[in-house]
Amino acid sequence: MALPVNDGSPLEGPPVSYDPDLERVEIELLLEGVFRHYGFDFRSYAYASIRRRLWKRVEAERLGSISELQALVLHDGAAMDRLLLDLSISVTAMFRDPDFYQVFRRDVVPLLRTYPFIRIWHAGCSSGEEVYSAAIVLEEEGLLDRARIYATDINDNVLKQAKAGIFPLNRMQEYTENYIRAGGERSFSEYYTAMYDGALFSPSLTRNTVFSQHNLVTDRSFSEFHMVFCRNVLIYFDRALQDRVHSLFYESLVMFGILALGSKESLRFSQYEDCYEMLHVKERIYRKVR
Amino acid sequence: MTSEIAVIGTSWGGLAALHQIFAALPSSFTLPIVVIQHRHKDSGQFLPRVLQEDTRLCVCEVEDKAPIVGGNIYIAPANYHVLVERGHLALSTEEPVAFSRPSIDVTFISAADAYRAGVVGMVLTGANSDGARGLRRIVDRGGVAIVQRPDTAESPIMPSAALRLVPTARALSLKEIGSFLASLVGGPAQPQRTGT
Repeated sequence: MALPVNDGSPLEGPPVSYDPDLERVEIELLLEGVFRHYGFDFRSYAYASIRRRLWKRVEAERLGSISELQALVLHDGAAMDRLLLDLSISVTAMFRDPDFYQVFRRDVVPLLRTYPFIRIWHAGCSSGEEVYSAAIVLEEEGLLDRARIYATDINDNVLKQAKAGIFPLNRMQEYTENYIRAGGERSFSEYYTAMYDGALFSPSLTRNTVFSQHNLVTDRSFSEFHMVFCRNVLIYFDRALQDRVHSLFYESLVMFGILALGSKESLRFSQYEDCYEMLHVKERIYRKVR
Repeated sequence: MTSEIAVIGTSWGGLAALHQIFAALPSSFTLPIVVIQHRHKDSGQFLPRVLQEDTRLCVCEVEDKAPIVGGNIYIAPANYHVLVERGHLALSTEEPVAFSRPSIDVTFISAADAYRAGVVGMVLTGANSDGARGLRRIVDRGGVAIVQRPDTAESPIMPSAALRLVPTARALSLKEIGSFLASLVGGPAQPQRTGT
């Protein structure tokens, strides 16, 4: 059996003839321009990933270089919106890493239960899969009514998506399996209504959630939280920016507040490592202790 | 050009193939190796644990921004892409490429663009065509391309696809790949272990 080698998927970067040093100059100029003109600061994003996304946009706009993309996005706000979507999207799932949600339910929920009123921040919530997953657990544990949840992202469009609570129908089987593996005991379909173009999740899951735009790169802390979710967001930042955001989280957490990172992220190299204890090593759940 | 980093991509049948290669590496091996083995999105730490049994080199799952250290073997975690940058590895949850996350092409291409001619790329047994485009990019950047000889592979589809796109790649058996890697850092290959 022979499979086609060229599957038509986009190039993973520039043509081979492209000078990598010049490419870096162009990328830095584009990011500087976007920051100064639109205020979105991607200058400290992880290089390999942002470069890959920029080239995808170059290709989608049928351009030949990063410089051409720079000219386009600076003069055409709609093109900037498209680029912004490329730069802020991450492809996730409800109950991604079911083990995490199992530990959340078993080890973290009892700690949250000790507070009369719980404030939670989903930082970089993207299209909201994690917000709804955590809300389902809180609802089942009887904590959702005592919770005030802030779900923030840099991108207004993905926030609108998150707020609407509509997810692709064809992923419900996968999400149902994840939910069960995460220790869910109800019927997952109780939480959504199947419509012709998607699964509409019950608005009551977000009755205590505020969706709002917040930029982790430039904005300050805006409240005090008992728990911060920031899973697989910091991987897109360089080390210096990761440190800045960790300082934001540290300032935003109450003493003994919980920080949940992605399972391949850690505080190991950050200056805040000593300020937390590990509540769960494998799932990278930390508790602020000093 | 001296090789600075090795990248290995494999899918179906990869575990046994990796066993054999790692067992041949001397403990003085100094190249960093990044391994992309396709696996289920929820598979845990089994792969790095079992591969560690073959070698005295340090086998670890990639963590975000992990520094690239010579002699370490980095295994791509399930459900993330691994991007190679100069000096460190970064993770990404961008969409799967050709249904794969981790994608071999994504890692190979980022390695080729970051380390240019310093990359040794290897495509082993597997039942899809991931890795071919990445290997192409590695040779285009002046790096070294190795493919497991399809007639020795548990599944020849992946090595065959790579050879079609990179006809100049060296087709070697697993044993020869082990010796080749060992020769890159000037040491002799470990004698093959007998039995299990």
